[in-house]
Amino acid sequence: MKRYLLWLGLTALLAPAVQATQADQIKASHAWIRLLPADLPAGGYVTLDNQGSSAATLVSVHSAAYASAMLHQSTTDPAGNSDMHMLDRLIVPAHGQVSLAPAGYHLMLQQATHALKPGDTVDITLDFADGSHQRVPFQVRPANATD
Amino acid sequence: MKLSRFARLACLLVAGMLLAACQHEAATPWQLTDISGHMPDLAFQLTDDQGKTVTATDYQGKVALLYFGYTHCPDVCPLTLAHLHVVMQRLGKVADGAQILFVSVDPARDTPAALHAYATAFDPHVIGLTGSPADIEALTKRYRAAFSREPGKEGGSYDVSHSSGIYIFDAHGKARLLATPTDSQDKLVHDLHLLLSPGGAT
Ligand SMILES: [Cu+2]
Repeated sequence: MKRYLLWLGLTALLAPAVQATQADQIKASHAWIRLLPADLPAGGYVTLDNQGSSAATLVSVHSAAYASAMLHQSTTDPAGNSDMHMLDRLIVPAHGQVSLAPAGYHLMLQQATHALKPGDTVDITLDFADGSHQRVPFQVRPANATD
Repeated sequence: MKLSRFARLACLLVAGMLLAACQHEAATPWQLTDISGHMPDLAFQLTDDQGKTVTATDYQGKVALLYFGYTHCPDVCPLTLAHLHVVMQRLGKVADGAQILFVSVDPARDTPAALHAYATAFDPHVIGLTGSPADIEALTKRYRAAFSREPGKEGGSYDVSHSSGIYIFDAHGKARLLATPTDSQDKLVHDLHLLLSPGGAT
């Protein structure tokens, strides 16, 4: 009994010192997918708020609903040519916000494992650099949805 | 006394300049970039999303919005087409005088059927066009809209870098305006309304 109480006291003492995981620090909102016909690659969007006092680094995403899910960025050069490329990581600064929104950062979602329709919800898991994860429900919206 | 006369003269001068500025404003009613006389008339021979061979003359009588893209583009192309859908809705009935021509710069993957499904997912005014690589290249060159195929990735997938401008032609096929993706829907609605009103285009 005495040892048990001691143990309880110790854990209570240690608890505040335990660092919150990167996934715990992130609040995800406005998560949606632009659904395109015929299993074309779809864009996924979400706003990430870091409520913690240290940066959180998103390194990958995965979902049972897509065989392939990647972090992407679209860029447009001064001449007006647009282009996309894959990102290794996306840093959400401490107390900062990063928006994955049309014509910028997005999730590139390919090869849906089952047919989707507007109104469905798809779970996508965000993987962070410290090995923590957060599962986020994404709303499936029609092709011509605006942000 | 001398000073007050000078002040009156200065006022007149400023008023005159303001008036000139106003008149200049009235001479260019467009909010988008005016490309009249700087780009050639609409001309092409391509295949529409029903598999039919079409030329620019098939769309004479309509205000044409020319946009280059490809269906495996999940981010920028759909954003532009979704914006144009909102613009068409805001224009209401007069939008029926407009035609959005979505020209594929990825003819290897964009069959007429694939383009048809893609175009109709956005707006009934969108028509998908594809064709031989040479015909498509000729059209992009005509409007200085460069595109290139990015180095291939594993699994045979690839991205295409392409011009993001929207070229607007009047009902006679004359190049009139250029919109960029950063131009607001308000500007597009304003200028298209003008171009689509009877007499407004000429
Ligand atoms: Cu992408």
